[in-house]
Amino acid sequence: MDNIAGTKSGLTWAVHISVVLLVVLWVFPTVGLLVSSFRTADQISTSGWWKSMLPSEQSETLRTAAPSTQTLENGIHVISGNLFERPGDFTISVWGVKSNDIAAYEPGDTADMGDGVSITVQANGDYRMISTEEFSGRRGERVFVTAKTPPEFTTRNYYNVLFDPANREGMTKAFFNTLTVTIPATVIPILIAAFAAYALAWMEFPGRALLVAAVVGLLVVPLQLALIPLLKFHNDIGIGKGYLGTWMAHTGFGLPLAIYLLRNYMVGLPRDIIENARVDGATEFQIFVKIILPLSFPALASFAIFQFLWTWNDLLVALVFLIDSTGETTVMTKQIVELLGTRGGNWEILATSAFVSIAVPLCVFFAMQRYLVRGLLAGSVK
Amino acid sequence: MNPALQGLITIILGVGGCVGYFYFSNQFLDKVLFPGKGPNAGRNINRANMVRPWLFLFPALALLGLYLAYPVFETLRLSVSERVSGGGSEFVGLANYSQMFGEPKFWEAMRNNMLWLIVVPAMSTAFGLLAAQLTDRIKWGNIAKSLIFMPMAISFVGAAVIFKLVYDTRPIDQEQIGILNAIYLWFGGDAPQTWLTIPLWNNFFLMVVLIWIQTGFAMVILSAALRGIPEDTIEAAIIDGANPFQIFFKIKIPQIVGTIVVVWTTITIVVLKVFDIVFAMTNGQWETQVLANYMFDKLFRANDWGVGSASAMIIMLLVTPILVWNVYNVRKEMK
Repeated sequence: MDNIAGTKSGLTWAVHISVVLLVVLWVFPTVGLLVSSFRTADQISTSGWWKSMLPSEQSETLRTAAPSTQTLENGIHVISGNLFERPGDFTISVWGVKSNDIAAYEPGDTADMGDGVSITVQANGDYRMISTEEFSGRRGERVFVTAKTPPEFTTRNYYNVLFDPANREGMTKAFFNTLTVTIPATVIPILIAAFAAYALAWMEFPGRALLVAAVVGLLVVPLQLALIPLLKFHNDIGIGKGYLGTWMAHTGFGLPLAIYLLRNYMVGLPRDIIENARVDGATEFQIFVKIILPLSFPALASFAIFQFLWTWNDLLVALVFLIDSTGETTVMTKQIVELLGTRGGNWEILATSAFVSIAVPLCVFFAMQRYLVRGLLAGSVK
Repeated sequence: MNPALQGLITIILGVGGCVGYFYFSNQFLDKVLFPGKGPNAGRNINRANMVRPWLFLFPALALLGLYLAYPVFETLRLSVSERVSGGGSEFVGLANYSQMFGEPKFWEAMRNNMLWLIVVPAMSTAFGLLAAQLTDRIKWGNIAKSLIFMPMAISFVGAAVIFKLVYDTRPIDQEQIGILNAIYLWFGGDAPQTWLTIPLWNNFFLMVVLIWIQTGFAMVILSAALRGIPEDTIEAAIIDGANPFQIFFKIKIPQIVGTIVVVWTTITIVVLKVFDIVFAMTNGQWETQVLANYMFDKLFRANDWGVGSASAMIIMLLVTPILVWNVYNVRKEMK
């Protein structure tokens, strides 16, 4: 296959460029959110995140030092210093002394402010204001500058969202609630499914083919159908809305895929090993625990990743089975939807909260991608 | 009780309970019910082996039955009944359905769902196929794949936030912070658009989110299928002087049609259930309603279980052909 591309270098270049374009298109939106989560609210609302890597131009109103600092040099009153509180990072491109003409002068120019007062401003913010009369008043003169500020990033948003003691955004609590939902909802179905999958793969009994077909059928049943009947059921048996019901629901909804994946994998295990063990007098339970489970590790890992991603990212099940009117058990997805409603304009909070919830699945994804791919290949119904 | 502690106890109880159940039920079967020794040893072992599969299957079957099979029938029942005050319900025939069919919001949801069903699987599969074919040929293909695959790990809600930023709109005299408006103005657009409120088009802006997520899935499956194509068919085509495009469309595609169908149907099912994206981005306003969100609205905002269940049955009905097809294929494979 490669030799086709190899003989036509023009085509190879076209392939490289198209892939670069595709990747950029796919990564760009996420990077936008990531970059935004490290910017201040002001930065986010005044310039697009894609400009944040470059120095940004901002217009500001600054003041010279107060007249009380003036000195007398050869009969001329002088106030001098630097306009910026933290000089060094800024480069003034234009400046002015009147609010209706803020771009009147270049750095190094001298502006006449009337009454014999004039001011010279340098690119780095140094200024020298001179007057033949003594300066009066309490405050300095206003100077309008347009300056390039270097790219600046902050981790303040993460501090506010995660560690702020007042916890206004509720993300810390939601994070732990999500974790509380996710872990049992991932571990329990694996165990139940593994036993069932073993029976469906390696035990002979009437109705086995029918059960496999039923599992495949249940694979596509929309969980929307389950909402009301199960909410009713949970209320009837007295567990209502809460973690227990959520764990059970996630277990139930995850089982078809788990059984299907694990059965497909176990069927492929070598028959000899299992039959030898049977001949040697191992019980089915021993075969399962000592041979099948360790050999099925890749399939178990695949399903664990699926179920983890699915329960971590879930909104619907949590809305219906978990979150009650007190909102004590809110999960991150719900919290973010809430923030979208109440703080739709506060991108620094939204971006940071969203990224907190995205970060964990992304780490799992990059660490265990191999198993995820393997699971996908085994799990799509052929 | 602290939920974290409760979670820990659940894991221990759940895992311990499962292991205990399997262990002790097997012990009980082998030692007490049908002991494998004594006068009836042979018959007992056979009987035990007949019962054992059901011991292994019981917890899974119970949960599957309760959480997936039973709700289908219960929803069907609810969809033809009406709650009466003071608890209980009465049979109302197809009244819920006819009420639903009379609502413009329902038909809007149907129309949008059909659009979703056509556009999202088609675009995801097409992009997935393109990405699979292109990345298979280059050295850094695996990194590219991994990056295109990445949105799979992002929640629909997270993706909704990501794309809300992309579609953000600022007044014309301010600088745009949404990349789409920035590009639009840069290419000479006259005024920033509020993309999510333009009827009909906004559906496509929502679909982009799901396409963005599902393309990676399509790519992974199709890439494996492309690699599985026998080399000699391609070599023969090269010798016969086929150009790369002919090889792709006339040699490769026909050999992976089966996989393309699988990818297409899998994404179709995801589309039918799509809820979070619409819920988080527009909540069905500006004519972006879809069935799953319509159903959620009916069930939990209007508190109308009858119509809500009826719309859930419509989703079930749309899924049924795929369900039958899958079951048919698996049965064929097992024979």
